[in-house]
Amino acid sequence: MPLPFEKPIDDLEAKIRDMRAYATEQELDLGSEIEALQGRLDTLKRETYASLTRWQRVQVARAPGRPTGLDYLQHTFDGFTELHGDRTLGDDPAIVTGLARLGDVSVAVIAQQKGRDTKENIYRNFGMSHPSGYRKAMRLFDLADKFRLPVVALIDTPGAYPGLAAEEQGQAWVIAESIRRMSRLTVPAISVVIGEGGSGGALAIGVANRVLILENAIYSVISPESCAAILWRDAGEAEKAAEALRLTARDLVTLGVVD
Amino acid sequence: MALERWFRRNRPTKNEDDNSPAGLWLKCESCNAQIYRKDLVANTYICPECGHHYRMPVEARIALLADSGTFEQWSGGIEPEDPLEFNDAQPYAERLQKAQQKQGRPDAIVTGAARMGGQPVALVIMDFFFMAGSMGSVVGEEIARAAERAADEGRALVAITASGGARMQEGALSLMQMAKTTVALEVLAKRRLPYVSVLTDPTTGGVTASFATLGDIIFAEPGALISFAGPRVIQQTIRQDLPDGFQRAEFLLQKGMVDDVVDRRALKERVVEVLKLLTSGLAAHIEGVARAAAV
Repeated sequence: MPLPFEKPIDDLEAKIRDMRAYATEQELDLGSEIEALQGRLDTLKRETYASLTRWQRVQVARAPGRPTGLDYLQHTFDGFTELHGDRTLGDDPAIVTGLARLGDVSVAVIAQQKGRDTKENIYRNFGMSHPSGYRKAMRLFDLADKFRLPVVALIDTPGAYPGLAAEEQGQAWVIAESIRRMSRLTVPAISVVIGEGGSGGALAIGVANRVLILENAIYSVISPESCAAILWRDAGEAEKAAEALRLTARDLVTLGVVD
Repeated sequence: MALERWFRRNRPTKNEDDNSPAGLWLKCESCNAQIYRKDLVANTYICPECGHHYRMPVEARIALLADSGTFEQWSGGIEPEDPLEFNDAQPYAERLQKAQQKQGRPDAIVTGAARMGGQPVALVIMDFFFMAGSMGSVVGEEIARAAERAADEGRALVAITASGGARMQEGALSLMQMAKTTVALEVLAKRRLPYVSVLTDPTTGGVTASFATLGDIIFAEPGALISFAGPRVIQQTIRQDLPDGFQRAEFLLQKGMVDDVVDRRALKERVVEVLKLLTSGLAAHIEGVARAAAV
């Protein structure tokens, strides 16, 4: 489903698809027409995405269909083996941890995971972790240190889950601990914000030697909606809040928060 | 109900604002008794009727904790900036100016050296009356510097926390203070210098999720709200009522998150005691014996 500003792109893509299908069906050579349209599409995409407002980028960062942690783990890395459990309480589906290969090197991987459809989203709590998830991540930090495996963390969360059990189990405590534990890693660590960098819940796995961010990802101390609710007294002013917060990839490079 | 207390405390009235020209009397925000403002202040900002702990000005906190005449301020040399050029209902630059005039300091924190029960400490005290004690770059930097200087000077660190969380107007820079303050504590740990954190009302958000809960010893004041997400957010998320006393100090004690809930009148004594205990271990004892033998 395209975002509103993506509609022209979507329409053009559909047109090209139709033209290809028609060409095949009618055994016509529409090569040059299709190529011209493709060229227009490339330009349109480039111009559209170059001129997005901050709020539009928030939409892209959160868009269903955007690649998730597991998508990267399964395609960018080789031989991903998932490792489960925090050895205390359970196995938080909002964070996926494991081992994989990047080229010749084995790495420890940690990825915040949203769902690729509604069912998975509910299972994964929309990528919002409980303390158990951060404990699982810390277990991987220990493994990484012991076996000298570099750490790669993929950040994509609206934030740590603001639920009852999460608070009772010490959500703040575990985030502080995870920040501290990650800073003590004796192996190289890279964190990549692949979608939403939701404040402390993201930072807990974001204390790395290099912090990277994808072009349309965001990283913020608070969601635009919550910020708007508090400072503008109206969550509907999220668009203004997104502008004020300077939470896009480009902003973060300017601010020196990401590498 | 615990939740009602939170909402009531969020509505500033002349009586609840410690910096407004004081009326002689006020109604306790907890038990509603009529109390003399003078009595409240003399009782370390605790209601003489019900024991409710009010939020306490930084200067009064220093007087409570530091041995008389021993406090030397470190903080105050860094000024906040407006890197995001943040404007909501009021430009951040203006909010800062107002808060600075009101509190007479550049930002929401005071740090310095002192003695407590004769022991050398570094004090870090957050100022909730300055933009709700929110942690921006200056607060983060002053905390980090205090921890590093404490380590240099062989002082234990005692932090009094009170905060609405990370300062939104500085965006991701505020978020980074969580990492900065946490890492700054490492130098203390390496030198085996104690870090006692005292969580006061309210301690929330990014402050709770960073240096505030990394104390070797964590004390909380009675009735203090100590949370990650605010009660309203949680209620909206789970669409249920919250249990009585949820996120209050006593609840956290039950859940194993703090070492003790300590009445403010006993706070200095308890901190001094725990600092002594932590620094009188075997190594210190052997040193002492060796020194005595050398005489």
